[in-house]
Amino acid sequence: MPLAGSDPLIDIHAHFYYEGCARADWRELNAARLRAGAAIGISCHVGSILGSWGRHSPTYFQSPADTVRGNDEMLALQRAHGALIRSYVAVNPNDTRRAIAEIDRCLALGAVGVKLAAARRADDALLDPIAEHAERHGLPVLQHIWQHRRRHWGGQDASDGDELCRLARRHPKVNFILAHIGGGGDYAHTFTVAQNVPNVYLDLSGSGVDRGMLDGAVAAVGPRRLLWGADLTLCTGLAKLWALEPIGLDADAIADIRWRNALRIFPPNTFPTVSQPRDARPQKATVA
Amino acid sequence: MNARIDVNAFVGDYPFRAIPHPDPDALVRVMDREGIEQAWVGSLAAAWHRDPSQSNEHLFRSLTPYASRLAPIPVVRPDWPDWHGVLHRARDAKAPAIRVYPSHWQLPAGDDRLNALATACAEQGTAIVLTVRFEDLRQRHPLDGAADLSAATVRELARAGTRARIIVTAASRDFIEEVHWGLTPNEQKSLWWDISWIWGPPEDHLAHLFRTIGSERFVFGTAWPLRLAQTPRANLALLPDELSDQRLTDPRDWS
Repeated sequence: MPLAGSDPLIDIHAHFYYEGCARADWRELNAARLRAGAAIGISCHVGSILGSWGRHSPTYFQSPADTVRGNDEMLALQRAHGALIRSYVAVNPNDTRRAIAEIDRCLALGAVGVKLAAARRADDALLDPIAEHAERHGLPVLQHIWQHRRRHWGGQDASDGDELCRLARRHPKVNFILAHIGGGGDYAHTFTVAQNVPNVYLDLSGSGVDRGMLDGAVAAVGPRRLLWGADLTLCTGLAKLWALEPIGLDADAIADIRWRNALRIFPPNTFPTVSQPRDARPQKATVA
Repeated sequence: MNARIDVNAFVGDYPFRAIPHPDPDALVRVMDREGIEQAWVGSLAAAWHRDPSQSNEHLFRSLTPYASRLAPIPVVRPDWPDWHGVLHRARDAKAPAIRVYPSHWQLPAGDDRLNALATACAEQGTAIVLTVRFEDLRQRHPLDGAADLSAATVRELARAGTRARIIVTAASRDFIEEVHWGLTPNEQKSLWWDISWIWGPPEDHLAHLFRTIGSERFVFGTAWPLRLAQTPRANLALLPDELSDQRLTDPRDWS
């Protein structure tokens, strides 16, 4: 029996590595994620690769060449692992034309969502064409978020929940995933900001496992707007799964967080090994 | 994998955010759920109290009904009058350890008062619990001004030759390695590390530390009520197969 039970489980925030990126231990990292994923019972890892992870250009300010290489490697993993892995297309929004072309290229190769990191604040007008493109193709957008950024942090122009919600209000038909509420910063600020923005979903990933964080997330946005993910720590991801029932969630709510919300917001047929929820909204794109 | 005692638990309110049910009875229910037999329990707010004696007495009183499961870990400030008396009070209350917060009291690495306290602890068989951090740096309240415990402070204390048993909680891999590999083999044996903040897969820091330092240098800790008690159990469950039979140290074996 998998550690998190046998019901479907989708990790909407995974990362992978490749030979030639900044991590010499790339093979071990990928293997460890898949091993732990199997032990936990993950049905699908939806992952992204951020360029060369800093080897040839900064992780959060990827060059065009790094962007293409990272996405190619992510899609190669998808091809190699079948239904177990799905890909975001990671783009640098500073060059809108390139970003949209890259989304189209990777969509044709099977990408299922857009990953935005920290090359531009989320409420910058440069992101509007990308959001429009995501809407056109029914793609969710996973946006790296610093929970309540109170100052500038080196190496990234990180956005916080406020900035993402401003973008989300401009594009109410796009589903935005607010990344890693456990990934650093004050999630309580995020809960207040995102509460009444219905197209913003909270991603539970991150190494943070504060007691009260899950409770606060459920109280703020409800289980239909929460998505399970692990990011860099599958141990904390598993701990949060184990904590969902003790904080008072019923089986339906837990299923929403584990997999049904993901099925609702990703394109149809993204997760062929997982059943469709009964209220799946129609999407434009399908997986190649 | 054995995991019978949590050396890193607290009760009471936290100054900087609301925490659900930080009470002894809730802790015991969590322990029952997690299969934890006993917990070493400190007062969460005491690190910020100038004089910890009242919080210590409150801790003793509030844990008395749970004496078979919850052991009080009072605070002793070696820069405060009559700290010897407070230490003896801890012994009389059968506290297996005391908590010390050098960063909160601005005691620098190598401070003689820390060494004197450690020597006295060794003499009466009381362990010392140090805390690297309560929360991630990125979410701290602006008024929460104490820095993380420094690796240098731990190294200097281990090098002081006091014979005290020192448990360091809430350390990450880089902190642990910086301290451990900066000590002689004998000095290393005076330190134990709780696993509450160590990363599991895919980075596999815990597995790496078990392979390089040895699981016997590690103890089970949760940092409840600040963090989910499920976390260290999840981390142990995700160890690679070849490490699944590694044993943590049980500090009850020290007595």
